[in-house]
Amino acid sequence: MAVPKSQILSLYKRLLREAKKFNTYNFRLYAVEKIQYEFHTNKSVTEPEKLSALMKKGQENLDMIKRQVMMGQMYGEGRLVIENPASDNKT
Amino acid sequence: MFSAVFRSGNAIFRVRMPQNIVRCVQHQASDSQINTDGLPPAKRTDFSEVRKDIPDKEMRPLYLDAQATTPLDPRVLDAMAPYLVSFYGNPHSRTHAYGWETEAAVEKARKQVADCVGADPREIIFTSGATESNNISVKGTARFYKSKKKHVITTQTEHKCVLDSCRSLEGEGFDVTYLPVKTNGLIDLKQLEEAMRPDTVLVSVMTVNNEIGVKQPIEEIGRMCRSKKIFFHTDAAQAVGKIPLDVNKMNIDLMSISGHKIYGPKGVGALYVRRRPRVRVEPIQSGGGQERGMRSGTLPTPLCVGLGAACNVAMQEMEYDHHRISGLANRLIDRITSKVPQVIRNGDPYYTYPGCVNLSFAYVEGESLLMALKDIALSSGSACTSASLEPSYVLRAIGAEEDLAHSSIRFGIGRFTTQAEIDYTADKCIEHVTRLREMSPLWEMVQEGIDLKTIKWAQH
Repeated sequence: MAVPKSQILSLYKRLLREAKKFNTYNFRLYAVEKIQYEFHTNKSVTEPEKLSALMKKGQENLDMIKRQVMMGQMYGEGRLVIENPASDNKT
Repeated sequence: MFSAVFRSGNAIFRVRMPQNIVRCVQHQASDSQINTDGLPPAKRTDFSEVRKDIPDKEMRPLYLDAQATTPLDPRVLDAMAPYLVSFYGNPHSRTHAYGWETEAAVEKARKQVADCVGADPREIIFTSGATESNNISVKGTARFYKSKKKHVITTQTEHKCVLDSCRSLEGEGFDVTYLPVKTNGLIDLKQLEEAMRPDTVLVSVMTVNNEIGVKQPIEEIGRMCRSKKIFFHTDAAQAVGKIPLDVNKMNIDLMSISGHKIYGPKGVGALYVRRRPRVRVEPIQSGGGQERGMRSGTLPTPLCVGLGAACNVAMQEMEYDHHRISGLANRLIDRITSKVPQVIRNGDPYYTYPGCVNLSFAYVEGESLLMALKDIALSSGSACTSASLEPSYVLRAIGAEEDLAHSSIRFGIGRFTTQAEIDYTADKCIEHVTRLREMSPLWEMVQEGIDLKTIKWAQH
């Protein structure tokens, strides 16, 4: 069975939306970049089997990100100097 | 009366709600501790009782010390969590399901580690880290074959735990050859061949150096050792999951692996021990005979699972990570060297792991620069020796002069390093190196064309 394009797009958007919630700066940026990269490199995949395997992997990663975002919200702490606009100090 | 608003498409409905639901909603809303996602308040950690100089949590330094340790990848933590929460059985318990579950998890992890280095799962034993793996390899092999063979070869740039294991072997009557390295940090294969003797039992050469990042010719060394029937151990703590490794193709007999250098948990590592031709080691730790008798002690299931997951992720992401990290490393080097003269890269620029960039800033004292760059977590060398002001023995081994060895900084770029962090680091480096040099009388003399080596310093 073919995977409708709308489903792929929806998964992509949900992954990005969730990844942006990572508390840790480095994880957040990595996840967003990685999601964009994965969807971009697999853009031309059309074989239904390969496509549904990728969709499954994406869904599993979405669930994982959701859990890890919560972990970060409960146990993550602090911000990096470069996240803080006030830190553009003039030393 | 209370009412709730529902949005459906563009239409908005206002509905009357029964009293009991309203009360429930009110109760939740009144608990201001709960944030919007319904999570409990975040746990806060306080260090102020232990030390006072910890920076503000809202101003944490950037992390550029990936050779010291790496953060735990969220994917790895996700794999580990069930074994910290639910499945607490002893993987060696054979009489109940608690043991069976965790044993299955450990064996899956063992396979993941084995796949990462091209080994058979039966050849992987879990340890507490690369230090223990190195100890078992160096001391264990030498001691097992001591009746026939008495000689071990290693290099001067090895990690402290290999060098110290060799020192203790010397105390037991073994001969150890500490091979020098060339100025690019690589060993001379001809010298290695000349050092091999009929009674040589082991050659131990690390794959990727932890301080200067150079990649030794492992495949050639492996071939040479195999042809002379000498066991070959490599400390691959900085290499596994970052560069392609295959124990069979490279003729490696023993290989040390670390968890926390590959975005896995701290406190776990692995040792690859070849089965055919068989390598035998004398165990260092006595006990219940777990891990084929080579490393007794109950396996820490969550940590083993974490190491397996970390290897699995590393294998999948190797190409992606390598590409990103190379790009960031080149960006850092180009940025700094285009603005600051007299910056020397330590170690071979070609046979290297790009995530480890070791730069010497001539006429700047490394410690002053580290102090100035307090916004960035950097190190002048290995974390083990970062407490001392002595220049690194690795840099001295590659022939770096005392003053350059003192002015070196290691930039560790990892999977989660961003371009913004690299740019910030490069800019800060340029700013502070320039500032420190402007203050330095030595730099002023060099600018005036005085050769510092010709000066006779008077002592007062």
